[in-house]
Amino acid sequence: MQSPRPSGLKSLGSTTGRFRRWWNHGDLPFRAAIALAGILVLVIVLAIGRELWAHSILPREKFGLAFLTTSTWDPVRQQFGALPFIIGTIETSVLALIMAIPAGIGVAIFLAELAPDWLRAPLGTLIELLAAVPSVVFGLWGLFVFIPDVVKPLGNTLHSAFSFVPLFDGPVYGPSRLAASMILAIMILPTITAVTRDVFLALPRTQSEAAFALGATRWEMIARVLVPQSLSGILGAVILGLGRALGETIAVTMVIGNNPDLSASLLHPGYTMASLIANEFSEATNETYVQALIEIGLVLFVITLLLNMIARLLVWRVARRFTGGTA
Amino acid sequence: MSEREIISVRAVPSHLGRRRLVNTIMLTITGALAVAAVIPLVWIVAHVAAEGARFISPTFFTDVPKPVGIEGGGIGNAIVGSAIVVGIACLIAVPVGIAAAIYSHDNATRPLGIVIRFSTDVLSGIPSIIMGIFAYAVVVVPQGHFSALSGGFALAVIMLPIVLRTTEEMLNLVPRSLREGALALGAPRWRTSLRVLLPAAMSGVVTGIMLGISRVAGEAAPMIFTAFGNPFYAADVTQPMATLPHTIFVYAISPYKDLHDKAWTTALVLIVLVLGLNLAARLFTRWRLKKMGWK
Repeated sequence: MQSPRPSGLKSLGSTTGRFRRWWNHGDLPFRAAIALAGILVLVIVLAIGRELWAHSILPREKFGLAFLTTSTWDPVRQQFGALPFIIGTIETSVLALIMAIPAGIGVAIFLAELAPDWLRAPLGTLIELLAAVPSVVFGLWGLFVFIPDVVKPLGNTLHSAFSFVPLFDGPVYGPSRLAASMILAIMILPTITAVTRDVFLALPRTQSEAAFALGATRWEMIARVLVPQSLSGILGAVILGLGRALGETIAVTMVIGNNPDLSASLLHPGYTMASLIANEFSEATNETYVQALIEIGLVLFVITLLLNMIARLLVWRVARRFTGGTA
Repeated sequence: MSEREIISVRAVPSHLGRRRLVNTIMLTITGALAVAAVIPLVWIVAHVAAEGARFISPTFFTDVPKPVGIEGGGIGNAIVGSAIVVGIACLIAVPVGIAAAIYSHDNATRPLGIVIRFSTDVLSGIPSIIMGIFAYAVVVVPQGHFSALSGGFALAVIMLPIVLRTTEEMLNLVPRSLREGALALGAPRWRTSLRVLLPAAMSGVVTGIMLGISRVAGEAAPMIFTAFGNPFYAADVTQPMATLPHTIFVYAISPYKDLHDKAWTTALVLIVLVLGLNLAARLFTRWRLKKMGWK
């Protein structure tokens, strides 16, 4: 290529020449624009934290840490303690995990190891579509179909069989912690399944082939090689599912009964942080009340932020260890 | 098949029979779980279709809601409202998401690129109700009242990581030789990115937008703090606006049978839209990848 200027080679080394060439080609403004967009993602995450912090100053100053450890929620007397809602959130989410983990791993094993090729893609798609059903439709179905058809009969059975266990104390309500947990379990199942399946598929085949060569049955290979090797990835999947369960709002609001009932019974109504915010935000009449709800949002934000960071690091570590790339 | 049977037929040591039995049982359980996992989806879709179809009519799509007990009335305002709010979200999230995806792809191994990818993952895990509060604090409070604009803003924040990630995944699939060829021909980097890489990754962008829309169109939680609801047709984006998911929520928790019926029909409209778009996005990607021979 002919250089327009004989001194072209020389100016390549000089700073101003290099800058001009860069700028003239339009690379600098383009890079600046896309870098700005990229940094904006980070800025948004930080800004969410900042806004929640700034808009919850009144209750933070008034109650301090007692906000997290007391259980009086009385807007009329301006007393706000979030403990029952924190417990309600953790209780329903953990119960959902207990139901969804074994099911999710089982389905992931089937999808990654056993399903015939023609079934793998359609079945995977169907399960991922479950994650696409809007939360409000889950709530509608849960309220009018799932509770009367499944939860209430199940609750009655549990109550009559184990009424001596405080967890199954009567009377049996339809909208209850059990209902919320079961709906949540269904909602997080696709998350756990999809991530676990991807972790299984990312593992190198050498170890499982070695297990077969040593005479292991397929199940022994799965239980002693595949699952132990994927543990940190499965843990990541579980934490991602937990994050989704903790923050799930509308479906839970519709089926949990919204009552800060302090009994241990799963068959009674409960209340979660997210459903409290959804229910009371538009009715909150004074500044402290609104800010107390935003502080609950802050607690929820911090918990889900930490969980997501841990989960991502775990899943990334698995992906990097085995594929050398990024996932 | 009992344990005894296996032993007698195959004449192998008994512990092998037991191992085979365990194998069969456990593998059958995983298969049964896979079938069971599909049941909720089928059940929900079938029930919404059956309940929703009973009250569907042309005027349901065009009328505004009527007071409880009066015949007729529809969700025209919510359909238009959802379209406007989701449209605002797209206007914000799509350009930012694409630009950030190009940056993240170009700088995948640099610290800032890694930080941005990490932020994207974290952002996608933050509950949508928090995005609602964020939009409330940033848009509604300064503005002084609920608005479609704030709803669009909340949905944009939810949509951004989806568009970003699918675009970036597709950029990663574009063969390196394409970029190298463009650069070797003397094209500047920005031209290479915008005129060569991005068109090659267009299917990822389209998939990202479709998946993003299908996700945010069903979000009811953030609407409580932002777009709120409006019983009339509204085109002013600075005013409150009805949306489909928020309408379902309000109708479902109301005490009236009449509104419950409307909630089912609205849910049918929403679920056809959301699942249809989601499924279309997946099929489109699969078809594109096959056609380009990249996968």
